[in-house]
Amino acid sequence: MPVTVRIPTPLQRLTNGQGEVACEGKSVTELLANLERSYPGIKERICDQDGKLRRFVNVFVNEEDIRFLQGDQTAVKDGDEVSIIPAIAGG
Amino acid sequence: MALSKEQIARYSRQLILPEVGVKGQERLLRASVLIVGAGGLGSPAALYLAAAGVGTIGIIDRESVAHSNLHRQIVHATGEVGRPKSLSAQARLHALNPEVVVVPVQEALTAANARHVAAPYDLVLDGSDNFPTRYLVNDACVLLSKPLVHGGVVHVEGQVMTILPRRSACLRCVFPEPPQPGAIPSCQEAGVLGSAAGVIGTIMAHEALKVLLGLGEPLVNRLLVFDGRMSRFREVVVRRDPACAACGDATTIQERTVSEETVCHEEGAWPRSR
Repeated sequence: MPVTVRIPTPLQRLTNGQGEVACEGKSVTELLANLERSYPGIKERICDQDGKLRRFVNVFVNEEDIRFLQGDQTAVKDGDEVSIIPAIAGG
Repeated sequence: MALSKEQIARYSRQLILPEVGVKGQERLLRASVLIVGAGGLGSPAALYLAAAGVGTIGIIDRESVAHSNLHRQIVHATGEVGRPKSLSAQARLHALNPEVVVVPVQEALTAANARHVAAPYDLVLDGSDNFPTRYLVNDACVLLSKPLVHGGVVHVEGQVMTILPRRSACLRCVFPEPPQPGAIPSCQEAGVLGSAAGVIGTIMAHEALKVLLGLGEPLVNRLLVFDGRMSRFREVVVRRDPACAACGDATTIQERTVSEETVCHEEGAWPRSR
């Protein structure tokens, strides 16, 4: 059972409209690399050129912000749920 | 302040709630809320707050009602197209509940006026439609130590959280900086389903009423995320960041920082959704 990654609406055009995708990886870094392999262009929306998480996007592993865990080295395992959540301004 | 016969009749269904009662209703009647933006979020929020009897509701919006607003901005009517939104909302809220004092402010919220505009209110509800205003509202509320209900919506997705400055995560604790222009599509670019804005705006009103009444537990240190495709809510844990530029231990956000962001807004450099 792979990791389930929740894709926010603004990025769903990169995942063929899917709001949830299955992905493999042992850490958030690996997960994002594999996500990029399946859905080219998605990583640069989440990370900057240095590979650091953009400051208006957060990644949560099972409801916990990875910034308060081990950052992109945070471990993930099969069955975990990873949410990519950007800031939203619309009203 | 004793409730009149009319007030007892009007508010009877919430007066019988043990969490409200006469004391709670009196608290609401004395309370004041500033709504930033009479748009897709501000519309349902304003209607519910006025209906519940929140005594004073300020509405700041510099724009006028357009046809493209009407599918979601339900406080406005077709006949109000072209009229300033703050005045259109005032008329509708007055018709709904004449005893609510509505203060229309037909201006943009800027670094120069934000603190002055927000200061008289007990709570701020941010229904604005662009990042610079959202960060400005956040920073002003932190500086004023004013409770803030934050919400956003785009497409069929939304987010809500309640911010008790310096006691819980603020917007910058969660998202330290706004995105570059164009990085996140606005409602204008991505579209928005009116009912999704209704879901988020109504939860924002609910949060405001809870904070004013001291009812239950507000969405503090929790970001509620609505996935309108699945009609599913999820919650993630957010934390106050000691290094936060707005509410952290060594605050760096002062008036000047706020001003720079607002200049960018006024030059129209950011996508807008109206």
